[in-house]
Amino acid sequence: MRPILMKGHERPLTFLKYNREGDLLFSCAKDHTPTVWFADDGERLGTYRGHNGAVWSCDVSRDSTRLITASADQTAKLWNVQTGEQLHTFNFDSPARSVDFSVGDNLAVITTDPFMAFTSAIHVKRIASDPSEQTGDSVLVLKGPQGRINRAVWGPLNRTIISAGEDSIIRRWDTETGKLLQESEPEVGHTKQITSLAKSSDGSHFVTGSLDKSAKLWDIRDLSLIKTYVTERPVNAVTMSPLLDHVVLGGGQDASSVTTTDHRAGKFEAKFFDKVLQEEIGGVKGHFGPINALAFNPDGKSFSSGGEDGYVRLHHFDPDYFSIKI
Amino acid sequence: MADVINVKDAEALAAEWGIDTSQIDFDSIELPPGEDFGIISDDEDVYQEEQLDSDTGFGNVIVVDNLPVVPLEKFEKLEGVVRKIYTQIGVIKEDGLWMPVDSKTNKTLGYCFIEYNTPQEAELAKEKTNGYRLDKSHFFAVNMFDDFDRFMRVPDEWVAPEIKPYVPGENLQQWLTDEKARDQFVIRAGTDTEVFWNDARHLKPDPVYKRTYWTESYVQWSPLGTYLATVHRQGAAVWGGATTFNRLMRYAHPQVKLIDFSPGEKYLVTYSSHEPSNPRDANRVVINIFDVRTGKVMRDFKGSADEFAIGGAGGVTGVSWPVFRWGGGKDDKYFAKLGKNMISVYETETFSLIDKKSMKIENVMDFTWSPADPIIALFVPELGGGNQPARVSLVQIPGKQELRQKNLFSVSDCKMYWQSCGDYLAVKVDRYTKTKKSTYTGFELFRIKERDIPIEVLELENKNDKIIAFAWEPKGHRFAVIHGDGPRPDVSFYSMKTAQHSGRVSKLTTLKGKQANALFWSPSGHYVILAGMKGFNGQLEFYNVDELETMATAEHFMATDVDWDPTGRYVATAVTSVHHEMENGFNIWSFNGKLLYRTLKDHFFQASPYQWRPRPPSFLSAEKEEEIAKNLKKYSKKYEAEDQDVSLLLSEQDREKRRLLKKEWEDWVNRWQRLHEEEKLERQKLRDGEASDEEEEYEAKEVEVEEVLDVSEEVVSFE
Repeated sequence: MRPILMKGHERPLTFLKYNREGDLLFSCAKDHTPTVWFADDGERLGTYRGHNGAVWSCDVSRDSTRLITASADQTAKLWNVQTGEQLHTFNFDSPARSVDFSVGDNLAVITTDPFMAFTSAIHVKRIASDPSEQTGDSVLVLKGPQGRINRAVWGPLNRTIISAGEDSIIRRWDTETGKLLQESEPEVGHTKQITSLAKSSDGSHFVTGSLDKSAKLWDIRDLSLIKTYVTERPVNAVTMSPLLDHVVLGGGQDASSVTTTDHRAGKFEAKFFDKVLQEEIGGVKGHFGPINALAFNPDGKSFSSGGEDGYVRLHHFDPDYFSIKI
Repeated sequence: MADVINVKDAEALAAEWGIDTSQIDFDSIELPPGEDFGIISDDEDVYQEEQLDSDTGFGNVIVVDNLPVVPLEKFEKLEGVVRKIYTQIGVIKEDGLWMPVDSKTNKTLGYCFIEYNTPQEAELAKEKTNGYRLDKSHFFAVNMFDDFDRFMRVPDEWVAPEIKPYVPGENLQQWLTDEKARDQFVIRAGTDTEVFWNDARHLKPDPVYKRTYWTESYVQWSPLGTYLATVHRQGAAVWGGATTFNRLMRYAHPQVKLIDFSPGEKYLVTYSSHEPSNPRDANRVVINIFDVRTGKVMRDFKGSADEFAIGGAGGVTGVSWPVFRWGGGKDDKYFAKLGKNMISVYETETFSLIDKKSMKIENVMDFTWSPADPIIALFVPELGGGNQPARVSLVQIPGKQELRQKNLFSVSDCKMYWQSCGDYLAVKVDRYTKTKKSTYTGFELFRIKERDIPIEVLELENKNDKIIAFAWEPKGHRFAVIHGDGPRPDVSFYSMKTAQHSGRVSKLTTLKGKQANALFWSPSGHYVILAGMKGFNGQLEFYNVDELETMATAEHFMATDVDWDPTGRYVATAVTSVHHEMENGFNIWSFNGKLLYRTLKDHFFQASPYQWRPRPPSFLSAEKEEEIAKNLKKYSKKYEAEDQDVSLLLSEQDREKRRLLKKEWEDWVNRWQRLHEEEKLERQKLRDGEASDEEEEYEAKEVEVEEVLDVSEEVVSFE
């Protein structure tokens, strides 16, 4: 498996997202410019210019026409995927961290960081089908968790929102009433900041990665812990194969100590775990900085990783990957 | 001494003060270092007795008796004299000298009290001036103030000591009878100290004992593995026992810093260094030698650090540890200390100097004991600008006669390496070249066990090569040298006796360009690990010296320690937090370089050199061992069968576990699928009637498109 190195960003990567067909890959980085690539050969298709700060996260609509991005410039922007045109800007009082389209793409959940006097919050915005009718009003604002909320995603049938962040607790919110329905059990949960959260392709379960050097698999309906994957370094990014029962963890030590250690010591590998047996089955080396973002192609035949080193590495699996037996 | 408060009282007290104890996180309370608020931990009870004495607060007060009785007019003069004598030893506290006067006679009473800043100074003053001759009729009698109290408490009548019934001790060597013949090792990570079995069959460490805050600085196995020693503020302690680790004995030595066992583990040497109250003075050093079994102090040495800091570099604050080096093999008969121009050799029967005097050797730099025999090898550098050559000599103890001597010229440095049975001694000699600008290295090889101790000179082929490492094969006749000038040095193996040359050293082989800077022989010989530590990032090469072939190469990235288990079956490599904060933990390898398992530990401190629990030497005779080695097949059959059983069982258990996990997962997925199916319609509604994920809502069609790019006509001639 020879990876394709995609050099387009000038700053560390923050997020990767495939569209539904798996032919486009959207990448976000701290360099203000989200980029779209051909997911097959890694050729750059275009960029989305307009943000004035690091872009933390993005999501693409089911029909691949809309892109939404969350940025540290205190805005979330809606884009026309094809033309790169800005359709709407949602303004906030603090940096926007994560975005996620609901089922049906009529709603989007956006989280904002604590900033100055403002606490962190989860905003739900209605996404108009006609961009000219788009407004910036929030349908719902959820507050409560301490510290940054690193990720918020929709639960089944848009009835719940799952959030996770700095306080290492996973929360389930009711989207009708805005009430907090459930918190993850602290005994089984993470002990340090949760850095990433990824849903399974069918949305039945999700995996969280944490700086406590583990990733955990949860039931999206009742937040019960299903599996735990233990690794040797802080986990910055997680993803799951839609095809096989594999979980991929990426990470590395703090960016501040990267320069003082050999790249081999850092082990900036994407680690593959068997989802069911919780055993490590392999690793993909290559980055020379921690891995900040991971995404699986919806067809399950390739995945990409984005690193602190500014590269996106696109890996197409060898045929023998699909016949791994442990 | 504060009373010990029990929990109930504490709760009552808390209620009185209006504190809700359930709100308090007791684990988060940290006492300031060195303060226990009078609450004695249960580990400290034995030390109470000793502490009682000093806790009177008069531990730094001495009483000087037999002073002249003088009238008032001479009082000041006498006081001046006494003060002069005692300020030489330490700093007397302000108003710390008190000479009482009899109000009836207006004369002094012939004694005085002196209070020093520290108990150590008081102790020293007592030692130095007891019996001091002031004039013909006045000899000082100096005592610690506290001693009076103690001696007063001695009952006048002699009471026959109670004879305690004999309590059979535990079998301290129980661990050797492990059915699976495993070895133990100890690690310290964070605040925990843990002892494990190395269960190589199950590919994991099997915990034996764990204790938090077991030691205040480090732990150390005794040389035969019977005890595990821990270091505390009040002294050292040894632990051991049949099934778990019980405390067997304690050795009171306040602020002990370093400990060292004698090779036969009969004696324990403890060391502490105390800051002087006068900063210009050298630190005061206290060394105690305890009998390990009885806990009795056999001999103590006190003095300034300077007295113990001669020869040898490194160590703690100038003292090269161990100060006392044990000789005479496992019988613990002799120990010796290097002094200025002398070597002091003591014997353990009386704990006094042999022949009541030290060996005077002008300018002696270094000495080492033979590991097996009471022979000292010592090195004296050149004297008088080269007029008197440097020499290495072998001295027999207790006779002190010189067995062999070798003069060496233009020497810059010498290092002595004994083979583990004391059969051979290699002396690495660094000599100046003629210009004196650089040095080159050669070896002098002594055959101790042969008549007249023949010496042979070995020089490397390339004289510019630096010697990076040297190591004898344990119990063998071979040695390995890492030498070279560049970043990839060579490794050479030599033998003291080969079939062709029984009396001469001969080279076996040289391996070129290795990433190695350290040699680790298996304790049973035959195999050696060429390790590239530090700069080489933990390269490991497992080398078979019998066959002269590499068995395996591996890497434990940033490994800081390599340590063979005492049987030579397994090797541990570790990354400790002393050098490197990342990747702390250890790997266990088989002797031939197969990685068996790895364990990661944050804040992992101690691995080598005391990681593995040592084993006492085998009781089998050399012939018996040879016979076993010859008929290894016969013996090994049983163990192979056991190995196979274990691995079969393991894989069986593994399969079962996996099957269960798979089933559990499938159940979960099925449950989910049902719910997912139920919600299908609603999901479609949310998507404006678009079909949901499960169905492929589009299908791929192959469409052929033909496009005419160009039409051109050509006239083709016909015949």
